Amino acid sequence: MRGFYSRRPIWSLIIAIAVAIVLWLIFAPWPEGLVDAIGAKRIFLNAFFGGITLGALYFLVASGFTLIFGLMRNVNLAHGSLYLLGGYVGYEVSDATGSWVLAFPVVFIVVAALGLILQNQVFRRMEGEELRQTMVTIGLSVVIADIMLWIWGGQSYTILSPEWLSGPTVLPIISSIKSSGDVVYLKYPAVRIAILVAAIAIGIAMWLVLNKSRLGMLIRAGVDDREMLAASGVRIQYVFLAVFAFGAGLAGMAGIVGGTFQSLSPGEDTRFLLASLVVVIVGGMGSIPGAAIGALVIGLSEQIGLVYAPTYSVVFTFLIMAAVLAFRPQGLLGSTR
Amino acid sequence: MALVERSTPYQSSWAERIPTAWWIAGLVALIMPAFVNDFILFQVFGWTFVLGMIALSLMFLAGYGGMVSLIQMSVAALGGYMVAIFGTSGVAAISMDLPWWLYIPIAVIVAAAFGTLVGALAVRTEGIYTIMITLAIASAFFYFTRQNYGIFNGYSGFNLVVPPHLFGVDWRQPMPFYYLTLGCAVLSYLAVVYVSRSPFGLALQGVRDNPRRMAALGFNVTAHRIAAYTFASVIAAFGGILLVWQNAQISPGTAGIPAVIDILVIAVVGGVRRPIGPFIGALIYTVLRTFSPDILTGFGLSGERFKLLIGLGFLAVVFFSPDGVLGLWERWRARKGRGRDPLTGEAK
Repeated sequence: MRGFYSRRPIWSLIIAIAVAIVLWLIFAPWPEGLVDAIGAKRIFLNAFFGGITLGALYFLVASGFTLIFGLMRNVNLAHGSLYLLGGYVGYEVSDATGSWVLAFPVVFIVVAALGLILQNQVFRRMEGEELRQTMVTIGLSVVIADIMLWIWGGQSYTILSPEWLSGPTVLPIISSIKSSGDVVYLKYPAVRIAILVAAIAIGIAMWLVLNKSRLGMLIRAGVDDREMLAASGVRIQYVFLAVFAFGAGLAGMAGIVGGTFQSLSPGEDTRFLLASLVVVIVGGMGSIPGAAIGALVIGLSEQIGLVYAPTYSVVFTFLIMAAVLAFRPQGLLGSTR
Repeated sequence: MALVERSTPYQSSWAERIPTAWWIAGLVALIMPAFVNDFILFQVFGWTFVLGMIALSLMFLAGYGGMVSLIQMSVAALGGYMVAIFGTSGVAAISMDLPWWLYIPIAVIVAAAFGTLVGALAVRTEGIYTIMITLAIASAFFYFTRQNYGIFNGYSGFNLVVPPHLFGVDWRQPMPFYYLTLGCAVLSYLAVVYVSRSPFGLALQGVRDNPRRMAALGFNVTAHRIAAYTFASVIAAFGGILLVWQNAQISPGTAGIPAVIDILVIAVVGGVRRPIGPFIGALIYTVLRTFSPDILTGFGLSGERFKLLIGLGFLAVVFFSPDGVLGLWERWRARKGRGRDPLTGEAK
């Protein structure tokens, strides 16, 4: 971090100023002129937190994608299908047992098992043939999407969040000040806060595992030089299986999260595949912090764009991606290896 | 006698160098309207040639340029949209009612410019990244056309987009449309064959095989790749114009993600090594798509499961033969030929 500051003083300054402006926008009561120009602070805050929550969801999906890609160079374009499958299975489990929490381990195991099969039966057979992997996973996603349409039909499902997470919580952030001088604090759905906290916890846990554990050491070594790691006696196929299963299970759990605060319907699989593609392109392939930053940027731009320029919110996402590609093709935190 | 023939420089005319099978295929294609009904002419063959042209543009990029681009369907749809916007459609508020000799070039130029722009972005990346980026841009195009009501008329798109009545012929009647699409398909096929043998095409194939060496030889690698995108976009744009004329309407779903992937499926199933591959793939696709409900109900399944059938077929092809049906055919011929002596040609 310090190295970045000394190497790029101007960029550091710009980032610091941007962060300061955002913090001021969140915490300070807005002056009249600003409210006249871009609307009430409440709208902005809702869009902002909606963007962060959406970014958290994108991070859950994209981090598995980027982990799998970073280690194995596997392009899994069926990742969105894993997300949607996880959502549907989670809906069935929580509908049958009435327990939202129970759905998470069940879905993780089911989708991770599917991931194991995928890695062992599909990707292992075509290691290094990226183009063929892409084609096969596209074919798989078409087939899986149609089977899911067959089973669950075209209607949309919403997973009910449990009692203790429904309803709003009050955040210590000033939303507006009434003319009487009363301070109105921001109210925000508790389930979204929970999602955000969970995403941050998973992100930190992944960082810890990657950087502080033996398994993480193996994975990082595998990212750097796969052949050398295999030559030094590590059973790399087991590491691959573990990482693929974990990434797939994460996508499945993200499906429950997405089904809770959005909805599940055919077409969501490509939407989230696409979101994870854009996130990892922006953040940098194979980088977990990159996925976090990319998810945050894309989630924020989508939600804020939706509020202030509804017609062109998709184009913002695309413009960000194009700009990153044009000036930093390897992604914000990607390495040029 | 044989010696005399070989000593004189023997110039075969271009007509003699075309294999007999091609003459037969051409003849069959020409007299096809005599023995099939209008539905097959319009829905199966018309659609085959249109989809084949769009997939041909993908084949050109993938086969000769080594760049698998998923943007071709969006480029085609943009061409179709431009025809609807600058030409005549049911949405009188947006359409400009220009004459055909003006709106067709405009449509092709706009679509080619769009394709070139996307290409300029996509060539900064390689291999799978190209697929991801073009897929992301293609879906951005889909969402943009769905949300933009000022130009693209949003969710409903344009209807009543029909070809002009030229030379007293209604080009949307099955037989004229069949010949129109056949002509366009043959022209684009010949154009791809010609370009692939031209210096530009050879340099492009060199770039595909070894970009670093080509750069060292003084070729501008990036410019060749972007130019390939431009050429492919022109073919895709013509395909898109024919597509909108066939359906008489265009909406965001025309370039939705499933449609984008269908083009990839068509090109890969047919084979991306040869320009004829996409047309074979398109024929298989349209036949499956048209008749699979009947086949599926015959097996007691719901007719809606044709996607499953197509997906499984695609999986089987990419799993067993990386270069599509053409690759299977060539391997079969090679196996058949293995039984023969390579020198005398006699069976062992």
